[in-house]
Amino acid sequence: MDPILSIQNLNLHYSGQHILKNINLSIPDRKITVLLGPSGCGKTSLLRCINRLTDLHEDVKLSGSIMMNGQDVLDRNMDVNELRRKTGLVSQRPYPLPMSIFDNVAYGMRIHGERRKSVLKEKVRHYLGKASLWDEVKDRLNEPAGRLSIGQQQRLCIARGLAVEPEIILADEPTSALDPMSSRSIEEEFVRLKKDYAVIMVTHILRQARRIADHVVFIYMGEIVEQAPAEEFFSNPKEERTRMYLEGLFN
Amino acid sequence: MKTKEAEERVMLWIMRFAALSIVLVLGLIILSILIRGLPSLSWDMISQIPKGGFYYGKEGGILNAIIGSLYLSAGATLLAMIIGIPAALYINVYAARHDRMAAAARFFLDLLWGVPSIVYGAFAFSMMILLGMRTSLLAGIVTVALFILPIMIRAIDEVLRSVSPGLSEASYALGATRTQTAFRVLVKQTMPGIITAILLSFGRAIGDAAAVLFTTGYTDHIPTSPDQPAATLPLAIFFQLSSPIPEVRDRAFAAAVVLTLIILIISLLARWLSHKYEKRRIKF
Amino acid sequence: MRPFSKIRDKAAWLWMLGSMVLVLIVPVLIAYGLIAKSTPLFQDNLIVDILMGSDWKPVRGSFGFLPFIAGSVYVTLMALLIATPLCLLTAIYLTHYARKRTLRLMHPIIDILAGIPSVVYGVWGILVIVPLVSDTIAPMFGVSTSGYTLLSGALVLAVMIIPFILNIMIEVMRSIPEELTESSMALGATRWQSVKKVIMRKAAPGLASAVVFGLSRAFGETIAVLMVIGNVPKVPASVFDPAYPLPSLIANNYGEMLSIPRYDAALMFAALILFVIVLLFNLASRFFITRYEMKQKGTLK
Ligand SMILES: Nc1ncnc2c1ncn2[C@@H]1O[C@H](COP(=O)(O)OP(=O)(O)O)[C@@H](O)[C@H]1O
Ligand SMILES: [Mg+2]
Repeated sequence: MDPILSIQNLNLHYSGQHILKNINLSIPDRKITVLLGPSGCGKTSLLRCINRLTDLHEDVKLSGSIMMNGQDVLDRNMDVNELRRKTGLVSQRPYPLPMSIFDNVAYGMRIHGERRKSVLKEKVRHYLGKASLWDEVKDRLNEPAGRLSIGQQQRLCIARGLAVEPEIILADEPTSALDPMSSRSIEEEFVRLKKDYAVIMVTHILRQARRIADHVVFIYMGEIVEQAPAEEFFSNPKEERTRMYLEGLFN
Repeated sequence: MKTKEAEERVMLWIMRFAALSIVLVLGLIILSILIRGLPSLSWDMISQIPKGGFYYGKEGGILNAIIGSLYLSAGATLLAMIIGIPAALYINVYAARHDRMAAAARFFLDLLWGVPSIVYGAFAFSMMILLGMRTSLLAGIVTVALFILPIMIRAIDEVLRSVSPGLSEASYALGATRTQTAFRVLVKQTMPGIITAILLSFGRAIGDAAAVLFTTGYTDHIPTSPDQPAATLPLAIFFQLSSPIPEVRDRAFAAAVVLTLIILIISLLARWLSHKYEKRRIKF
Repeated sequence: MRPFSKIRDKAAWLWMLGSMVLVLIVPVLIAYGLIAKSTPLFQDNLIVDILMGSDWKPVRGSFGFLPFIAGSVYVTLMALLIATPLCLLTAIYLTHYARKRTLRLMHPIIDILAGIPSVVYGVWGILVIVPLVSDTIAPMFGVSTSGYTLLSGALVLAVMIIPFILNIMIEVMRSIPEELTESSMALGATRWQSVKKVIMRKAAPGLASAVVFGLSRAFGETIAVLMVIGNVPKVPASVFDPAYPLPSLIANNYGEMLSIPRYDAALMFAALILFVIVLLFNLASRFFITRYEMKQKGTLK
């Protein structure tokens, strides 16, 4: 199957610092690709390159290419707003927008021009359901999103991201702010989501990677050390540094 | 959907224009004051008192107002320090124990922060009538001190509050009393910040016209004792500007330049000090 | 501990406590003094006549405050109307669009604007704003005026309160986590959409607090406004009419207040109005900022 995203010779500099070094990576559709690596190795930065959130920083240098649907994401003429719609981001901590639960999910659709009440209602219901939140919030859609528990907020953020109908989901340690129970259910959520989307998930929790990954990419100090199908990666790592990491010698 | 990008671009230009206009206005203010006032500013202007009355006499300068303003602001700042520094320490050393009390004191001071100086002036004037006092440097000093007190205390308080509690605790652990901690540790540690706060209060004092209008009076002479009235720069500008005689108006504009320069120097000095202070502060 | 240092400690403590008490007592004294001094005004005038009457003839004992209250309200609201959008746009620009360096450069400019004395603003008003209004703005509307108008007062006042409003607005905007903007932009919103629909909503109470704070500064501003607003005790009918705000009333007439009966009471009442209004506005501003902080914490929990 053709990869949905193909990264070639990607280099990222933040204020002269070389953060990502010559990244080459293919992301398969409808699989979970896990980016693994110790904290500070550049996982978040890599995700931010994919939806061009790197544009928001000062003094950034990006080179290489990220091909998506035959278009280079890093192209100057790329419509970044459309790009970001196609790449849903789930961040480390949930940041619910300061509005009602309903409006949180409807926000992105409205941004992209959907005005029809009935369509919005239907889709909000659909995507809240998809994020397994509908049953819990269906009676309180008009309450401020801030009143939800953190776990529910993270689900809301997932629903919010799904509602703009992305093709890829970028998840940056989506469980790191959650308690073990909610973490588990969010994990299961992503396993369900991979039926319809390509998922790139960052984590530094080995066990989590083992549980959900189809494909693993190990990043260390801005470089890809090794990438392989999950089974192969965990059972038979080729690189010395990978073996050390799997044995917990870096953390 | 290209409209949203277009909207953003238009808004960005409007925002740039807004920011630029604020910068330009500051430039314009300083420039217009300098252009009008600098030609009148001579050595004689700042070294002589007015001759033949400040409102009608064509000769002489604004030395009376410069000295008067310095006396007044220095006096008011000193008086405010004597009350303000201990009050700020009280909030941070004694009241800090009871969070509610410190919060209440700060809340109260914030309410007072914006009370216009004319209210202080009017109140002080009516008190002076009650006590049969005439306008004098001392009355002005007391009034202005009261007016700048809330400003000074809150500014010092912010500085003291920025010192982490670890520092005071370390001091208590060494057996120091609260008072010793307050003066030897807190004040020493935050000295540049406190000086900045005092400088800014001084700036407030020297620039204020409404409180001195009623209380300090105006005179051609340099006061030799606190019970005499005194001229001040803001009032030198305010009164002389309305004179029909061009030479007198020139004195007003020259005074405006002097006052602006004093404020600019204070402002830059305060900035420089607080920069140094940011760097030197011990972090726990 | 030696007894001597114990005494010294006690003395220092008393000094601190005394200072604090003094600071807290002064405003109470001011309030009491102003109330006591202004009560004679109400002995033979109804409060309604005083607040709503527009006849101001101290010599004949008629004190209608309406022209002054109207003057203060008009000039303050107009100044806010000019300053608020400017500050809001600038604050958004500096915190969301400009480079960090630009914000750093802007800080001293704001500080200097805040530090320029009122009377210097007045001089600037006379040199620049008054001629601008009489020679350029008024003729555009087919009006001829001396330039000493409500509009001139409002323009000068607007510039004076800009640094105060802008400073708070920048602080408020900066306290909102960048990730919130990013969350919105990650959904495909432009930065402007994110600011408009998300950040402004989150910042609303803080921004309101900034505006109310500016309101309270503007309401009590005396000398600069007095110098350019014309000071005619009539309710202004247009922005090109002169006006006469409360602070100007006090400042212009304190000299004569003893020679006319009840005049002193009237001026003290004007001071009392200023005092109360400013306290109320400050209270409102605190209320908004507290709500804002609570809101911040509420969602961070
Ligand atoms: N905006 C930025 N400016 C400068 N350096 C940054 C920025 N963001 C991240 N970095 C640096 O890039 C490196 C990688 O960070 P990040 O991608 O967040 O790592 P990870 O997500 O793997 O923990 C770190 O050394 C970090 O300090
Ligand atoms: Mg990270």
